[in-house]
Amino acid sequence: MEAQDIYTRLEKQFPGSVSDFKGDVKEPYFTVAASAIVDVCRALRDGVMLKFEVLSDLTALDWPKEEKIQVVYHLFSYSQNQQIVLKVDLPRDNPRIATVEGVWKVANWFEREVYDLFGVIFDGHSDLRRIILPDDWQGYPLRKDYVEQEEYDGISTQRAPLVEKLLR
Amino acid sequence: MNQTAEAQTGFYTEDMTISVGPQHPSTHGVLRFVVKTDGEVISEAIPDVGYLHRSIEKIGEKVTYHGYVPYTDRADYLAAMFANQAFCMAAEKLAGTEVTRRGEFCRVIACELNRIASHLISVGTFGQDIGAMTPFVHALRERETINNLMEEICGARLTYNYIRIGGVGYDILPETLTKIVEFLDHFEPIVLEFNRLLSGNKIFRERLAGVAVISREEAFSYNLVGPNLRGSGVKWDIRRDIPYSIYPELDFEVPIGTASIGALGDSFDRYWVRIQEMQESVKILRQCLQMMPKGPAISKVPRKFRPPAGEVYARVEAPRGDMGFYVVSDGSEYPYRVRIRTGSYTAMSIIDKLSKGIMVADLIALIGSLDVDAPEIDR
Amino acid sequence: MKPLINSLPETVFTTKVDDLLNWGRASSQWYMLFGLACCAIELMQTGGPRADLDRFGAVPRATPRQSDLMIVAGTLTYKMAKRTKLLYDQMPDPKYVISMGSCSNCGGLFQLAYSVCKGVDKIIPVDVYVPGCPPRPEALTEGLLRIQDKMMRERWLVKPARPAEEQPEAQA
Repeated sequence: MEAQDIYTRLEKQFPGSVSDFKGDVKEPYFTVAASAIVDVCRALRDGVMLKFEVLSDLTALDWPKEEKIQVVYHLFSYSQNQQIVLKVDLPRDNPRIATVEGVWKVANWFEREVYDLFGVIFDGHSDLRRIILPDDWQGYPLRKDYVEQEEYDGISTQRAPLVEKLLR
Repeated sequence: MNQTAEAQTGFYTEDMTISVGPQHPSTHGVLRFVVKTDGEVISEAIPDVGYLHRSIEKIGEKVTYHGYVPYTDRADYLAAMFANQAFCMAAEKLAGTEVTRRGEFCRVIACELNRIASHLISVGTFGQDIGAMTPFVHALRERETINNLMEEICGARLTYNYIRIGGVGYDILPETLTKIVEFLDHFEPIVLEFNRLLSGNKIFRERLAGVAVISREEAFSYNLVGPNLRGSGVKWDIRRDIPYSIYPELDFEVPIGTASIGALGDSFDRYWVRIQEMQESVKILRQCLQMMPKGPAISKVPRKFRPPAGEVYARVEAPRGDMGFYVVSDGSEYPYRVRIRTGSYTAMSIIDKLSKGIMVADLIALIGSLDVDAPEIDR
Repeated sequence: MKPLINSLPETVFTTKVDDLLNWGRASSQWYMLFGLACCAIELMQTGGPRADLDRFGAVPRATPRQSDLMIVAGTLTYKMAKRTKLLYDQMPDPKYVISMGSCSNCGGLFQLAYSVCKGVDKIIPVDVYVPGCPPRPEALTEGLLRIQDKMMRERWLVKPARPAEEQPEAQA
């Protein structure tokens, strides 16, 4: 099925929740409202002739100028050999969205990483805690306004260049 | 729980929480598992990752496109060529750059040699985890020859920085092509020797048959890729199904698991897929060496590489599965966001579910058969 | 009975006994497998058939309690730093540390990273630095031979003429 047909089908099924289809870019995508993401994902996974069995990737983009964090879902279908991209816009000061762990189990680890690095809270997640940074890390590093802290656990984060050390 | 266990077996046990790692003799890198067990049977094994998080994704926003290629090497150091190729493919797709034909052939030759090297390490360390020390040293010996060839091609033994935007960094000389042919002639009987030592070994087979079976639906739901997916019987290979580079012109098979000695999707199936993939890589290399054209190895790419705004998702078939690079550009010299999606990250997420009720020794066989490695998980 | 270490005068006999002790230690350095990242693969290749570390008597041990050399091979992150100090403290004296590769010497090419500790000598004292990214097996073998030279210069029975040599300090 072409990406345009997938979009028209979903528009009929979920009026008002999907919008902004962009088909002439290299990776066709459309925007989904945050409240309807779980239903749209379930319809894409189980629908007849849709059959997107696999969540290839779940990540986020930080747009500070437009005050939003965009969560990006890449879905892939082995039977149709087709990829589709969903995007959800969340407000930057309170990014919350429902989890799709019930649809694909791999979302568990992907969402933990997005929480760890961007600070997006996934409602309904079974185990939302930091995964690749230490548990007592402050801040969300992949945001554009992240400032590195001066020292962690007593170890300073800077290293004096060699010339300074020789002159000292 | 303890009373009934004692009544059943006659032994008194109690639940204990053991931390396996982060420093441990298994060679998959710094991983840690918090294992809750009552002595021999595991009730829960929770992976704890992040000990090698080198913030490669954040560095992508601070260096230029050309300068980011060495960092992609470190995203998976055992398969560095594939990460290079995926990033360069993403940048070329963004800007619409063409790659020269000889450059494509050099890329495929370097990548398939790297695939053989990576599978040798994976199979050798798997044998060492199970307890077979000798095949590991044989694998290292073969890998030394491949390291020499890579050093002749691009100057480095492990982290290559060879595949650049628009082609490859250096052309392959005719003497090196002759040496590659000699290596292939020497390597084909070595795989059979490996099979006699390891794959045909009765202890090895009984240790792996029927252990940690992954069904097709679970493999889809947990997004397993590469030999892990093919071991469960799904015939999916990016080189065949979303072809890139010159793979449509080459003739090779895609091996899948066939329940040779146990259930479909057990640890032996995944291991056997890797051995067969090494033999297929030898076939691909022979064809490439015969079909090699003449011409420049890299096309003209501006030094200040500035692709138009947009985003792209490029996939390659790395030894550990399909590695995807999601590159978002805002029109400047620096990428806006680089996201690396690897096969080992999702393979770790299934360990918690598969480890309920198995023995501690089977956990080691499971981790080895999934072929996870730490830089792919933590990036 | 007063302790024997560093208490006897410098005679032919005591220096020869010192040399014998040092030769025994230098010819059997057991290193702890502390491979963290890419340099770990080159460490494995150095222990492999071509550039053999076993001919110097160096065998890999998995536990710090049985080793006297720690080869820090790979990038050290902040999450791993506390565990590194714990493992170093568990090694029995006299112990030595080789810092292998750029990442453990000074942070390597990850100077822009937020989660990488810029050098393992912020945590533990280092005796020999081996540069490279990753260093060739021949370079690591050279590092091992330098540790051997360092071991041969130490004095156990002989009373030192000057105050004892300072151990390298961990730099903050």
